[in-house]
Amino acid sequence: MGKKVELLEVDSGKIMDEIKKAASPPEEVEHWVTIYVMGKPYKVPAGLTIMKALEYAGYRYIRGAGCRAGFCGACATIYRKKGEYRFRTALACQTTVEDGMYLAQIPFVPANKATYDMEKVKPSPNVLLEYYPEIARCVSCNTCTKACPQELDVMYYVQAAIRGDIKRVAQLSFDCIQCGLCTLRCPAEIQHYHMAQFARRIYGKYMLPKSPWLKRRLKEIESGMYEKAYEFVKKMREEEPDKVRELYYKLLTEGREKEKKRIEDPLELTGED
Amino acid sequence: MTLKMIRGYPEYMRESIELVEKTRDQRIKEKNKEKELALSEEERAEVLSKFHPDYAPGGKRTLQVGVNRGEIVPNEVADILEAWPALNPDDVDLNDIDYDVDILVIGGGGAGTVAALWANYEGVPAENILMATKLRHGDANSMMAQGGIQAADRPWDSPIIHYFDVLGGGHFANKHELVKALTEDAPFIIKWHEELGVMYDKDEKGNFIERWGGGTSRKRLHSAKDYTGMEIMRVIRDEARNRGIPVLEFSPAVELITTEDGEIGGAILWNMETKEYYVVRAKATVLATGGWGRLHIRGFPTTNHYGATADGLVMAYRAGARLRDLDSVQYHPTGAAYPEQIVGLLITEKVRTMGATPVNKYGERFVFPLEPRDVEASMFIRECFAKNNCVKTPTGMRGIWLDSPMIEELQGEGAIRQNLDAMYRMYKRFGIDMTKDPILVFPTLHYQNGGVEINANAQVIKADGTPYPRFFAGGEVEGGVHGKNRLMGNSLLDYNVFGRRAGISAAKVARNSNKPGKLTLKHVKLFTQEIRRINVPEWRRSPILLPDYRGKRVLARKIDLPILE
Repeated sequence: MGKKVELLEVDSGKIMDEIKKAASPPEEVEHWVTIYVMGKPYKVPAGLTIMKALEYAGYRYIRGAGCRAGFCGACATIYRKKGEYRFRTALACQTTVEDGMYLAQIPFVPANKATYDMEKVKPSPNVLLEYYPEIARCVSCNTCTKACPQELDVMYYVQAAIRGDIKRVAQLSFDCIQCGLCTLRCPAEIQHYHMAQFARRIYGKYMLPKSPWLKRRLKEIESGMYEKAYEFVKKMREEEPDKVRELYYKLLTEGREKEKKRIEDPLELTGED
Repeated sequence: MTLKMIRGYPEYMRESIELVEKTRDQRIKEKNKEKELALSEEERAEVLSKFHPDYAPGGKRTLQVGVNRGEIVPNEVADILEAWPALNPDDVDLNDIDYDVDILVIGGGGAGTVAALWANYEGVPAENILMATKLRHGDANSMMAQGGIQAADRPWDSPIIHYFDVLGGGHFANKHELVKALTEDAPFIIKWHEELGVMYDKDEKGNFIERWGGGTSRKRLHSAKDYTGMEIMRVIRDEARNRGIPVLEFSPAVELITTEDGEIGGAILWNMETKEYYVVRAKATVLATGGWGRLHIRGFPTTNHYGATADGLVMAYRAGARLRDLDSVQYHPTGAAYPEQIVGLLITEKVRTMGATPVNKYGERFVFPLEPRDVEASMFIRECFAKNNCVKTPTGMRGIWLDSPMIEELQGEGAIRQNLDAMYRMYKRFGIDMTKDPILVFPTLHYQNGGVEINANAQVIKADGTPYPRFFAGGEVEGGVHGKNRLMGNSLLDYNVFGRRAGISAAKVARNSNKPGKLTLKHVKLFTQEIRRINVPEWRRSPILLPDYRGKRVLARKIDLPILE
């Protein structure tokens, strides 16, 4: 045995049982809160997300749950807190329940998406207005920004869109999960998130410079210059599997060293070591 | 008892955080030396054999029915493969066809969308394609991948080197032609994404900013902040919508349809909202149903989306497809272990590639941060459950620290907000600032390494080893590409490469073949006979479509009244 890991005598099966137990929710509930699911009161353990609380209460999602991790926008929720008049918005999977929440989930947003041929559109300042003319109706009320569960500067990117600043729209909207809450709350009926998707694609396709290396590599592959090597490896795997293992560990160790030297290269902005 | 909380952590956990802070400067100085902790082949084997959930006894059993009878799979997987079909074939009229299409794509995630797009590029009109999906179009693990996508496009890298990384990471069990396809198509896929307008991270000259992935010998991870999966998925979905590809949402396939001549001829869909079924006849069928993360294998929490219930494995198995490498489960080393609300959710490997080091409760390093995932995860389990050098959370979870503030020190202030905004945002929602405090992690169920066996044309392989002419698969549902363990950045690549190949192959069938032969569900009846021979409880039915997280108390009082059905 090497020096990095000392030998340990363990019961692996028992460890797995312990992990299973540690990962299960505790049997005893210490604190409870009452939430109102579409008006009906349910007592649920404190500390759960809205999503898990609804499930605890007996709901089984068909709509309203997707990635369960804050990336897909399926669980857009509108709620109100006890004693307040204002509507709040949240992702049910990323928000902890509070006592007295009145909750309603949004199953679907019937927003209009423009269709376009990305090969034909041009990155002109007017292109966003051309496909989404309703952005010009923005009254700068900032309701979209307040509604955004990602806390994006939605109104700013709509204003940037009106000015034709595609890059700004792309950058400000990048973290959008397309839940549609902005559009639902907008008094001007703007389809913010669809418009921003369009802007990002124009930016990515026409305004970001293309990778120079990629073209070269594609030519190499097309010319078939790796075919022989692939054949060689295939044969080696069939005939001398031990050599393949050796070669793998050699390439891995050497490669890490080689790559390290590249850090001197100005193109390497982000070397971690 | 209420715990005193300080900036998102209970007071007692703060004591350990102070120890982490104490060793931080020294660890940053010695960041280069972390490579010395990398394990040799023998050491990897020692750690895996004792601490990886796949090797620990009690988690698996031998399949008693079907093509892979005699092979070992996780109990949770055996439970759904050895189950009564949810659908009774006698309830369905196959003569009444609802959708008669060229290509049926089952699954609306990454692989399905790419397949539909490439079938369309290859000349199949959009209206002759049908995509059926269980949740919404894009509700898939593809949306959640954060770190990036691998492609060997730099002069000092090559597809062959990429091949070796994939092979070694997969314990040399990978299928040659699939690894070749994966690594050889990779640069092309990135080029395609560039043309579609995917906003990859680039420098001002257009060079991709490429990073390390665990178990790789070159920096070749292309990313779009830590929303890489979301960025690619929303772009290809937008393109599918522009091209008018028809999509049926909330209508999963519940059984494949076979033909009298032993082919696949479409599928039965089930509208989860109206409960009606649809018969789809297709010249070519593409299976893109994703993996098994929501089966919670060995009781682990999961990073996976709500619908990852391995429906495709179940349906394909009944139809006679061969499965492979299903004995191997990928646990991602870094799932959130605290706070309770996000337990199991993915902490992207990019947090480590950007410089955060895993440390134990004393602030000590104990592992090279970028081992292949199975090795890294095993080392975490070892540190927590054998050495007990972990932090226990108030709900009983154990974890080790991922020292995220190191990123700001190593890469400059603001690096986390710039590159890991999704992570930052998630923790901030629960009161933790990962730019200032470390985060607690523990392995979480992440990926189905194996699956339905395919060839380089993405054709599904039958029991006898020959390919189905009309049946294709792409993405997590298929197996062979990653062998026994997938490397970071190869799942996004996988669904693009094999989704595309499946779409192109399906388009060929659409162009050159007649309608499939007479439709039948005979295979379901035959499979039912096999199930009858073994002891399967009446209630165990599959595909399961969704996990059930309803509270125990409610379920105990739940009754079905034979009205309002």
